[in-house]
Parts: sequence; C-alpha cells; structure tokens
Amino acid sequence: MTLLDIRNLNLAMKSYEGETQILHGIDLKIERGEIWGMVGETGSGKSLTGLSVSRLVPSPPGRYVAGSIKFRGKDVLQATDREMRGLRGRHIGMIFQDPTTNLNPAFRIGTQLVDVALHAGHADPSVLGLNPGASRGDLKKAARRAAVEMLEKVGIAKAAERIHDYPHQFSGGMRQRALIAMAMIGKPDLLIADEPTTALDVSVQAQILRLIHDLVTERNIGVLLITHNLGVVAQICSHVAVMYRGRILEAGKVDDVLKRPSHSYTQALLHSVPTAHTKRGELKGLNGLMPETAA
Amino acid sequence: MLLYILRRLVLLLPVLLGLTLLLFIVARILPGDPVGLAAGPNATPELIAQMKRELGLDQPLPVQYWDYLTGLVSGDWGMSVFTRRPVFADIVEYLPATIELVFASLFIAVVIGIPLGLLTAVYKNGALDYATRTVALGGIAMPRFFLGLLLQMAFAAWLDVLPLSGRYPLIESPPDHVTGLYTIDAVIAGDWYAFQIALSHLALPAIAMALSPLATIMRMMRASTIEVLQQDYVMTERALGLSNRLILFKYVLKNAMTSTLTVIGLYVSWLLGGTVLVETVFDWPGLGLYATQAILTQDFMPVIGVTLIIAIIYLVTMLVVDLLYGVFNPKVRYA
Repeated sequence: MTLLDIRNLNLAMKSYEGETQILHGIDLKIERGEIWGMVGETGSGKSLTGLSVSRLVPSPPGRYVAGSIKFRGKDVLQATDREMRGLRGRHIGMIFQDPTTNLNPAFRIGTQLVDVALHAGHADPSVLGLNPGASRGDLKKAARRAAVEMLEKVGIAKAAERIHDYPHQFSGGMRQRALIAMAMIGKPDLLIADEPTTALDVSVQAQILRLIHDLVTERNIGVLLITHNLGVVAQICSHVAVMYRGRILEAGKVDDVLKRPSHSYTQALLHSVPTAHTKRGELKGLNGLMPETAA
Repeated sequence: MLLYILRRLVLLLPVLLGLTLLLFIVARILPGDPVGLAAGPNATPELIAQMKRELGLDQPLPVQYWDYLTGLVSGDWGMSVFTRRPVFADIVEYLPATIELVFASLFIAVVIGIPLGLLTAVYKNGALDYATRTVALGGIAMPRFFLGLLLQMAFAAWLDVLPLSGRYPLIESPPDHVTGLYTIDAVIAGDWYAFQIALSHLALPAIAMALSPLATIMRMMRASTIEVLQQDYVMTERALGLSNRLILFKYVLKNAMTSTLTVIGLYVSWLLGGTVLVETVFDWPGLGLYATQAILTQDFMPVIGVTLIIAIIYLVTMLVVDLLYGVFNPKVRYA
C-alpha cells in the first residue's frame, strides 16, 4: 500500500475579496524509505500541501474543492477529528521551521516530549514498548524513559539531565533537535519537515539534515521535506517535486530532475543557486514576483 | 530565591518610612479639631488641653513623628480618639473581616474570570463571547456601591434569600477564632451551620466587589489567550496530536497567565481601597468601615494606621506577584 497518495488536491482560501484557489491539482506519491524534497518560491503552496496531509489548514478559510489525500489507504480529508488526532504524532510527525518559537517556553523540554509520547502510547502502547492494555502508570514511566532515549538519539548530551531544562536553556540547534525528537517519539510512518533548517546557521544545518537522514533511513519511513534550498535537496533527498503557483511542475528522482531538468522554471531555479565558483554578476535571479493569488 | 525575597522585604522599609512621613504630615495639616470633636460640645478648654496632653498632641511635630515611629515598631500605633482604643488593637480586630471580603471577591473573580476568558478566546465571537462581553462592560462601568445596593434590593429585599447586611448575626456567636476569617474558621471547626451563615453574609458584598475584577480578568485573559493561540508552538502541539483540552488548559493557560497576573495583583489594592464603599453599604465590620468612621470624625491615627496596613498588604502582594511571574515564565525566575 502506498504510504501517502495525494491526488488532484485542490485547496481554496476564502478572503474578503472572495474565494481564491491556492492549490491546483497536486499529485504526489510517497513510499516508505523515500525522502521527497519539495522546492519552490515563497507562496508557491509547499507549506499548505504539507499541512494538508495532517489536515492542519484552518477551515474556514481553507476549503478542499476536490481531490483526496490517502494516508495508508485512508483519505484524511474524510476522516473524523478523532481519527485525525490519532494519526497526528503517532503516524505523522511534523517539524516546523523556527525552533525558537515552536517549543512552548513555559514548559520543560521533558514535559513536552512526555506528553507527545503519552499521546502516541495511548493510541498504541507498542510505541513505548508496552503490551496492549498497559496501565496508566506503566505508560507514564515508559513515556519518560522514551523521552530520555529519544533526546539521546537526536544527540543531546546528558539527556537525562537536560530533559528538565526549559527551551530557553537550549541553543537553536539543540531546540531543533528537541523538536525532531518530539516529532519522532511516536514512531511515525511519515515525517513532514517544513523548512527544518532555514532558521539555523550553515554548520548546524548540515548536522540537523544528517540527523533527519539517519533517523528516517534507520526507521525506513517516508519523508516530505519542504525547503527552498536546492542544496538541501541534493544532499539528502531521493526524490524532488518542484512547485510553482500551487502546481507541481516537475517531480521525480533527484538525479533526473536536478541533472536533466525538463521544465524551464526548474532550470531557472537551478541557475539562481550561487556556488563557490559563481562570479559577481553571473548569478541569475528569477524575473518577476510571485503573482497575486487573489485575482 | 530566599535571598531575593529577603532583599525585597528589606527594600520595603524605606517605602513604608516615606509613606508614614507623608501620611503624618497630611494628617496634621488638615484643618479640623479631632480632640474638640471627641470631647463633645460641652467640653471645657481645660479638659481639651488635658486630652491633648494625654494623646501627646501638645508636643512639637518632629517629636510627635518620632514618638509615632518608635511606637509603630513596638506595636503602639497610637490611640483612636473616637473608639478610645489602641489603633493596633482595632486593626487586628477589623483586618480579618476585610481580608476575608477582599480575597473572597478575588477568588470569585479569578475562578470564574480565567476559564471564561479562555473559553471566549476559543469560541471568539460566539454567543458566550457576546453575552459575557455585554455583562463585562456593565461590570466594569458600574460603581461597586451601586451594584451592592441593587444586589441588596434583589436578594435581600425581594427574594429574601440572603441577609441584607452584617457579617454574622448578633445573637449568634461566630466560630472559634483561629484566622479571624469566619468561613475558614468554620471549616476548621467543622461547623457546617456556621459556615453556611458566614458564607450567606459574605456572598453579596463579595459579589458586588468581584464583578469588576472578574470582567477585567476575563477580558485580559481572552486577549492574551487569543495571542497565545497564534503562537507557533500551539501549531506544533496540535500537529503532534495533543488534545485540545490539554493544549488549552495546560500549554496555553500557563503562557496566557503572565499578563493576567499583573491585573490580578493590581486589583488587590483596588479591592482593599474599595472596601471603604462596599463595607459601608453592607455594614461589614472591616477596615473600610473603620476608616470611614475615622475620616468622618477626623480621627487621624486610625486613618494612618489603616493606610499603612493596606500599603503593607499591597507591597507584599506585589512581591508575591513578582515571584509568581517566575512560575508562569521560567525566563524571569529570580536567583
């Protein structure tokens, strides 16, 4: 069974000027073990596609005009709120862009990890290594243990102590590691990472990407990595989808798309990436701005 | 932490010293003759002079102030000309009634205001939001003593379900004195009947005082909750499957409390000051009623004493609020 099968996804948003179509017939298939990069300019609909998979686009103003998002064979757009909550955290993990604002500042890192672990454990005790029908106390103990283990796994030294820290006691890179731990602690089948390294400096970016890459290969899960950095795609993705104005222009294996881009937009995007050998004045930007979507 | 509290407490002393000086001067330069008033219309000049000597009012002002200050430290807060009792003894007698009233209304305001604020933020522009908004507007705008009169009319005169005024029926004896707060003392004594009586007397004045802080706390909580709900971490918590209830009452509540806490702290002083009006309307034997009596008879030692005790309560409350900030926001924790 295909892990994630998005077909003809059409999303419209209401505003004071009327309803505007944002996503135009998105088709995307992700299998286990595939790391999909989704690239495109700001406003091209990458993030909304990612949020749609967990059905996190607020509605209203969002409205799905047509299409389906089948996750493990079940359409999330038809699922009940309760079913959705069962998927989130347990089967679909999410990481967002800014690690400084995505951790709750008033709670210890451990508290936040344990609550996600408990949520996943309630749905499926085997996530925490327990048998079905495990008691509340056992779940709590296992969740605490899992939180320390997960924090260690994402490379936080002295995890058993650091778990009592508040987010402001962590550096930016450590916070993103903690958020990855939160996204992975429920042992999801699909990880959606929305620009997970954009807010980090370059050296930390590479570490975080490696961490994500290692975790997903070890667990053989599917990944949708949203980014506007083609370098990131080249480094860790197996597949790539290029988005523009709410449409996927081109999709396929990274080697095919990046080496032999068939669409002129992809070519232009590739030419706009600076390298160490790019001379002054040689870098090509993309002409024009993203057109107003409301028309 | 302990060191911080100690330092803050020591820093209160100069504030209080300045306050006593200010109060002392204001009280002395006010026109009027309290001794003459207390001695009555038929008093001879000799009697008045003798009373002045007894009260130390014939001494020069700096000497009077120094005597007053040394007295304060040793628990001698001067004599009330009107009650002819030591001010300190009067305050000890009246303070618990005021504390009970103030904290009962604060309790009502917080316990109802905070959940309502959270819920109206979640169901923004819903029926509950509009209804509470209307009541809140009235609650903030209406003077406390007027609301008190309306409540008396409705619940005591028409419906006859709650006592009109007073703190405890004169013919009954209040529960054994432990804290001086009748409701709490009744609970400690395990006297369910006394608790009911004490609570029925407390209800109307407490509600009259609670409505305005309740409305403000609710509106404040609503505004900060709406802001917190927009935060990225709420999206993350939702995306990782945490239930709405857990997100709202655990993760959002704590973040939204900080600004509401400021308002709650400020309302403690507002309520203490407000007792002057509400205690008069409800004949509640607390500091407010005592101070009103003292002001009307130009009896300035009680006025200074009451002001001083309210200032101390207020300053300590502010210290508690500052410490509570650290509970809700770990970034501002004091070492």
